Amino acid sequence: MEQLVWKTGGWFALATLAFLAMLGAADFGFAVHMAIVCAAALAVAVLTMRRADYEGIARGWLKMPADQGVYDDDPIRWGVIATVFWGLAGLLAGLYIALQLAFPALNLGLEYTSFGRLRPLHTSAVIFAFGGNALIATSFYVVQRTCRARLAFPALARFVFWGYQLFIVLAATGYLLGITEGREYAEPEWYVDLWLTIVWVAYLLVFGGTVLRRREPHIYVANWFYLSFILTIAMLHIVNNLSMPVSWLGSKSYSAFAGVQDALTQWWYGHNAVGFFLTAGFLAMMYYFVPKQAERPVYSYRLSIIHFWSLIFLYIWAGPHHLHYTALPDWAQTFGMVFSIMLWMPSWGGMINGLMTLNGAWDRIRTDPIIRMMVMALAFYGMSTFEGPMMSVKTVNSLSHYTDWTIGHVHSGALGWNGLITFACLYYLTPRLWKRERLYSLRLVNWHFWLATVGIVLYAASMWVAGIMEGLMWREYGADGYLVYAFSEVVKATFPLYLIRAAGGLLYLTGAVIMAWNIGRTIAGSPLREEKPMNDAAYDAAADRPLIAQPA
Amino acid sequence: METKAKGKLFDHGRLERNVSLLGIAALIVVAIGGIVEIAPLFWIDNTIEKVEGMRPYTPLELAGRNIYIREGCYNCHSQMIRPFRDETERYGHYSLAAESMFDHPFQWGSKRTGPDLARVGGKYSDEWHVQHLKDPRAVVPESIMPTYAFLSERELKPADMRKDLTALNDVGVPYTKDDIAKANDDLKAQADPDADSSDLIKRYPKAQARDFDGNPGKVTEMDALVAYLQMLGTLVDVESARPQETLSKESGQ
Repeated sequence: MEQLVWKTGGWFALATLAFLAMLGAADFGFAVHMAIVCAAALAVAVLTMRRADYEGIARGWLKMPADQGVYDDDPIRWGVIATVFWGLAGLLAGLYIALQLAFPALNLGLEYTSFGRLRPLHTSAVIFAFGGNALIATSFYVVQRTCRARLAFPALARFVFWGYQLFIVLAATGYLLGITEGREYAEPEWYVDLWLTIVWVAYLLVFGGTVLRRREPHIYVANWFYLSFILTIAMLHIVNNLSMPVSWLGSKSYSAFAGVQDALTQWWYGHNAVGFFLTAGFLAMMYYFVPKQAERPVYSYRLSIIHFWSLIFLYIWAGPHHLHYTALPDWAQTFGMVFSIMLWMPSWGGMINGLMTLNGAWDRIRTDPIIRMMVMALAFYGMSTFEGPMMSVKTVNSLSHYTDWTIGHVHSGALGWNGLITFACLYYLTPRLWKRERLYSLRLVNWHFWLATVGIVLYAASMWVAGIMEGLMWREYGADGYLVYAFSEVVKATFPLYLIRAAGGLLYLTGAVIMAWNIGRTIAGSPLREEKPMNDAAYDAAADRPLIAQPA
Repeated sequence: METKAKGKLFDHGRLERNVSLLGIAALIVVAIGGIVEIAPLFWIDNTIEKVEGMRPYTPLELAGRNIYIREGCYNCHSQMIRPFRDETERYGHYSLAAESMFDHPFQWGSKRTGPDLARVGGKYSDEWHVQHLKDPRAVVPESIMPTYAFLSERELKPADMRKDLTALNDVGVPYTKDDIAKANDDLKAQADPDADSSDLIKRYPKAQARDFDGNPGKVTEMDALVAYLQMLGTLVDVESARPQETLSKESGQ
């Protein structure tokens, strides 16, 4: 009882503090954010005080199986649901801003729905909300299985999940309200950054604590990748977000660095958000789920050691390739280019290790749509990690920089690699976490696979054409020695390509909606969908006879 | 793996059995690149060549810049002209490092859905900017930019510019005590055609003081944003910066 009083008292105190901060806020956006924090704290306080077991009710409603005692899987089930939800939200935002670029009237003339505010909403929703939830959920799943240990600090693990959702809500509402630090993928303001730092430290404690509790002498390779992802993101996040708040009760802050130094710090962060959030973390997923689904051991243990250390060492250097031919000193640009090219090898090391795990099980591509998705994810990973080093060559970059080619490159990685591998993991996890025989439908997975693949192809191809066209038109000189095209003419020329891109996005989103339906039906425990099996040879009665005619 | 470190210099198995060791090793490995590339930028002298004319933003320009950041203009507009013939002919002299030395944060951008803005100051009239921000397609039919009509209706209400200047001063922007004390008055004076702006211009050379949005009765967010756009790239006389480039070559720096 006394503990209950302390707990609720603490939450009420936090709610009161947030309320006071809201009253004293220097700007409207900060007041809204404090109101959100206040409401969240109040909700927790009331839920703690009421005697009803809300967690139990939610578990019943979401049909979560009872604790089996071996592993702590509830935070992972929540994570699966959150990943699906944020994935749909992020893709929808992406489709909408893609359409805005084709039809500017869709900006609606409102500040809250203009491209400049929705674009960070899209990038953060897919990278940090969809990708981040997938990483947290899968890391909790993998670390327990590979360490044969239950999650350390169960209460902290729940705090990580809900704290991370609060971070997402604060970041997303902030973008709509115009609260931004104005640097790509690091837009949340100082107080949201501080909150994420607290959540991230808790994440490291839960993950590291579970590894320490392991009943297995070795730390499995997937956990090396998860660990380096958690540590490096902490380092990048803290250094890049150093800033001076204008007021302790206001949202605005000024970056600690300026100009050249700020630019390189930001792209050191930005490129390694790709390198560690979207690569190292997702390779960890690959290292557990691909061997599991293929029922084969990882292809090469030595390759995993070599490519792990070389990948994390080289990635950090590649940031300056975002700043070719800018006012950044030449020596730094050259470093960026050289290391980006070297990065090609460890990237392909990871791809080869994943693909070759299917050695002897290649027929599964025909019969298992989840394996098919994983293989396509690795193929796109290989493609975009070849394209990246190529674009970081200064000569190529002089054409591709500032154009839609970069956008296409990012999406072949994000949709192809991160998206498909995450979908495959969700398909693997859902029946196991909810103790179902298998997914509601495998045919729907197949539909998802093809919609997503065709969507990515349309997206990447249209952006290649758009990007190269923009680059060439901007630098086109006529026989008279003057520039041929005005900027506006180039904008006009991209219209059909923006339409094709939006069509690709629509296909990809449709695939994700089908996935949400499939996963929802699996969770609900619906009877398996009646469909033609994926992997049966058809029975042909006419052929069911001896090959050689028997004498009568 | 049952390999034992016999005669081997280093046994990777040790790292695989000790999570602290693995974590520390990983952290050291990922820290090297940043230390080698970023740290020197803070102490190597020729990272930013000194040029004449750079000064911190006036309070009104700063307020405009904050609106530029708030609306996410950097998502579509770069402020970094690269040293190519087509870019320098289209946008002007290539950008110098010194020109963003007071930019917290930098706004170089990474995508040109719209044109580069590093030297947009003075290229168009105030009226053009106001018209263009209210309805981009009224002046550029092919434009796909969102409309920002609400800026001209909204009064500019920064909480207290003195606090903004103080925060910037804390991170190294050389505002004087005088600049900070007068920040709120400077803001009004720069947008008011009738105010005496001589003191402002003395402290902020080349500052442009006038009514920017065609509505002298009110200081709006449009005033601030247009004031910011009209000063972009106008501070440094790039022609006089040229001899310095040759100078630095001659002195072998």
